[in-house]
Amino acid sequence: MTSHFALLALFALLVSIVFAVLMRDDPRQQLRTAGALFAGFLATAIVLGWLMYPLPL
Amino acid sequence: MATKSTTAETARASAEPGTLTLVCVLAWAVPGAAHIWLGRRQKGIVFLVVLSLMFAIGLMLEGRIFPFEFAEPLVALAAIADLGMGVPWMLARMMGGGAGIVTAPTFEYGNTFLIVAGLLNCLVVLDAFDIAMGRK
Repeated sequence: MTSHFALLALFALLVSIVFAVLMRDDPRQQLRTAGALFAGFLATAIVLGWLMYPLPL
Repeated sequence: MATKSTTAETARASAEPGTLTLVCVLAWAVPGAAHIWLGRRQKGIVFLVVLSLMFAIGLMLEGRIFPFEFAEPLVALAAIADLGMGVPWMLARMMGGGAGIVTAPTFEYGNTFLIVAGLLNCLVVLDAFDIAMGRK
């Protein structure tokens, strides 16, 4: 698997799960926090990617 | 299934220096093991599965387990982060895994997975310590 986005999403998912389980005790809250963190990671990556788009390498 | 009172009793009982050390060593060596021991079974199983998976993915992506080269500060810091994984890190080193292929397109991703797995396990150790102290 060499898709940058798939690897980014996998990484974000795993990190979100660990953070959510560390931060919350109730499984339902853990699920909600993990979802919010995952969405936040993906949105941030996409926004930063577009912001860096005009920059020369 | 542990109730709140039995979990609190386990935490109080484990707030002795020797036991605290054991909790931290156990939490470092096997991700999630200390949580399971302290009665937080669900959390422990999640940490065990997710962190081991992250570490394994890092190795599959041709990531490198960095050596302790203190002449190269960034390499040394990465090595310390890798060390955070405990037994999986030891096993990978003993079996010759984590050599890292610099030319692989996923090399940097692999490094990121390995390093972050180790760092997250350090957070898990701190969480286990807090539980053992009765703070959580």
